[in-house]
Amino acid sequence: MIRRLIKQNRLFAIGLTLCAIWLIIAVIAPYVVPYDPLYQDLTARFSSPSAEHWFGTDALGRDIFSRVMTGSRISIGAGLLTIVFAAAVGVIYGGISGYAGGLIDELMMRGSELVQSFPTIILAMVICAALGPSLYNALIAMVVVWWPNYARVMRSMVIQVKSNEYVEASKSLGASRFRIFFKEILPNSIGSIVVLGTVDFGNAILLFAGLSYLGLGSPPPTPEWGLMVSEGSDYFQHWWMASFPGLGILTMSMGANFIGDGVRDFLDPKLRKEL
Amino acid sequence: MDMLKYVVRRLFFLFFLMIGISLVVFLISHAVPSDPVVANLSQRNLDNEEMVAAFKEKWGLDQPLYKQYLIYLKGLLQGDLGISIRTQRNVIDDLKLYFPATIELSLFGIVFAVIFGMLFGVISAIKRNTVVDQILRGVSVFGVSVPSFWLALILLYIFYLVLGIVPGPGRISTHLAAPMAVTGFYTIDALIMGDWPLFWDAVRHLLLPGACLGMFTMGLITRTTRSSLLEVLSMDYIRTARSKGLREKAVIVGHALGNALIPVITVIGVGFGNLLGGMVLVETIFAWPGIGQYAFQAAKMLDFPAIVGVALLISLNYVVLNLIVDVLYGALDPRVRYR
Repeated sequence: MIRRLIKQNRLFAIGLTLCAIWLIIAVIAPYVVPYDPLYQDLTARFSSPSAEHWFGTDALGRDIFSRVMTGSRISIGAGLLTIVFAAAVGVIYGGISGYAGGLIDELMMRGSELVQSFPTIILAMVICAALGPSLYNALIAMVVVWWPNYARVMRSMVIQVKSNEYVEASKSLGASRFRIFFKEILPNSIGSIVVLGTVDFGNAILLFAGLSYLGLGSPPPTPEWGLMVSEGSDYFQHWWMASFPGLGILTMSMGANFIGDGVRDFLDPKLRKEL
Repeated sequence: MDMLKYVVRRLFFLFFLMIGISLVVFLISHAVPSDPVVANLSQRNLDNEEMVAAFKEKWGLDQPLYKQYLIYLKGLLQGDLGISIRTQRNVIDDLKLYFPATIELSLFGIVFAVIFGMLFGVISAIKRNTVVDQILRGVSVFGVSVPSFWLALILLYIFYLVLGIVPGPGRISTHLAAPMAVTGFYTIDALIMGDWPLFWDAVRHLLLPGACLGMFTMGLITRTTRSSLLEVLSMDYIRTARSKGLREKAVIVGHALGNALIPVITVIGVGFGNLLGGMVLVETIFAWPGIGQYAFQAAKMLDFPAIVGVALLISLNYVVLNLIVDVLYGALDPRVRYR
């Protein structure tokens, strides 16, 4: 499937390349960056990009190239963790809701709609502020605002799958509810969840960067992209300070969105023949 | 009749949603380790036990949690959102003061998003699988991928600092006085006063923040318009229209576009909700005195009454918008039936 996608959709190929590059950078960054991302060289503050400092230096003389490269680890990690945990919560919640049906289903779905009707960033902001700014609290806030989508998709999958005959057969063979859920329903629903996760990854990175920009992620001096843009915005005339970390956010989330778009188009049979 | 029943039921649900939202924010903000006493009193006052007790009594923080909520709820049902701990004013007055600025900016943003999104989407679909299509799809993905706060900085750097063709942050230039508050929208108020230079100044101040804010929604609309138009173009009645010898332009404008734009309405509704949320970041950068900045300051200070007020206001907007979208959808597409 991936090979066919690459051949037919150039943008998908670009997305895959971008993400692969960032993934490699994230893995090797600590071993290959020219400077320690936290090392301060006060004699070289605000250097513009040069052969010595490719992306220039910041207000404390730290090498921005090294910081941007190292920062990719936090962004990818935060995006992945958010999606994985949100999907896990959503799968369990939506699974119970769809499987139980009736009044429980109705109540649980109203509950998830409640969370969804909040403006995402404001809810995340309130949670972050209430828990105190730190990387882990930012992640908790992200998961809290992120799971309802997965719950909704999971619920509709469960309702669809549970009316199949093989589930009926399994039930009449005396399988427990747990067994049916894990052996029959989950494997048949997980595909949609994975697709949703792929399509969602870019948005997760954006929200995380936004929280970090507002100072609700890790405290300084952590090389976090959003935080670095915010530091750079105080020194407006030194354009490189904010530009390069922002380019990091942009390229990573564009890569993820190209992949997401490709997958979505591929799975939409009405559009597939147009590809 | 069906529609009326549907709307009434949705509004009924809205009432419970508002109570639910107030409860959720209330619980989050109270059941957490952070302490509004520490956030709002100076160290010297914190050491003074009488001060701390007085502060707690004044804001009802010495009452048990459920009582605090009931007191709040009683006020809420009477239209009283309480008093902001930070500004010491009625939250409802604060919201009235800051909301027009936010609405003005977000309307500008949504208009930007709709115009360019639909335009790009239609062109992209007509020229599908050409270079133009690939570029426009790239633009739409750029829109949904670019961090608004970063885009804002870059645009300010280029258009304000280097080129100097747009004004800097704020709603109007500092040498001008704000127009008399009639609607709270500076552009409209300036027009009412007949002050053209002021109107033009306010419009110019809207350009950059409006574009930053609308960028994400523009990307969404481009994508939806394209795929929806492509789907419609593969329908039988389009083939009929083509085979009876209509020009391509007439086929698209006269037959396809109307049906293709129906799903786009949904996206506009969702996008507008997103936009109100994105306000926090854009308003902070452009020093826009709106609800987003107010919310951010309130969250930092753990100013509960203000936070709940903002959350209620924005969720209310979101839900009402979606209701309007659903009703519009039904009015435009006779196949939709309300349940």
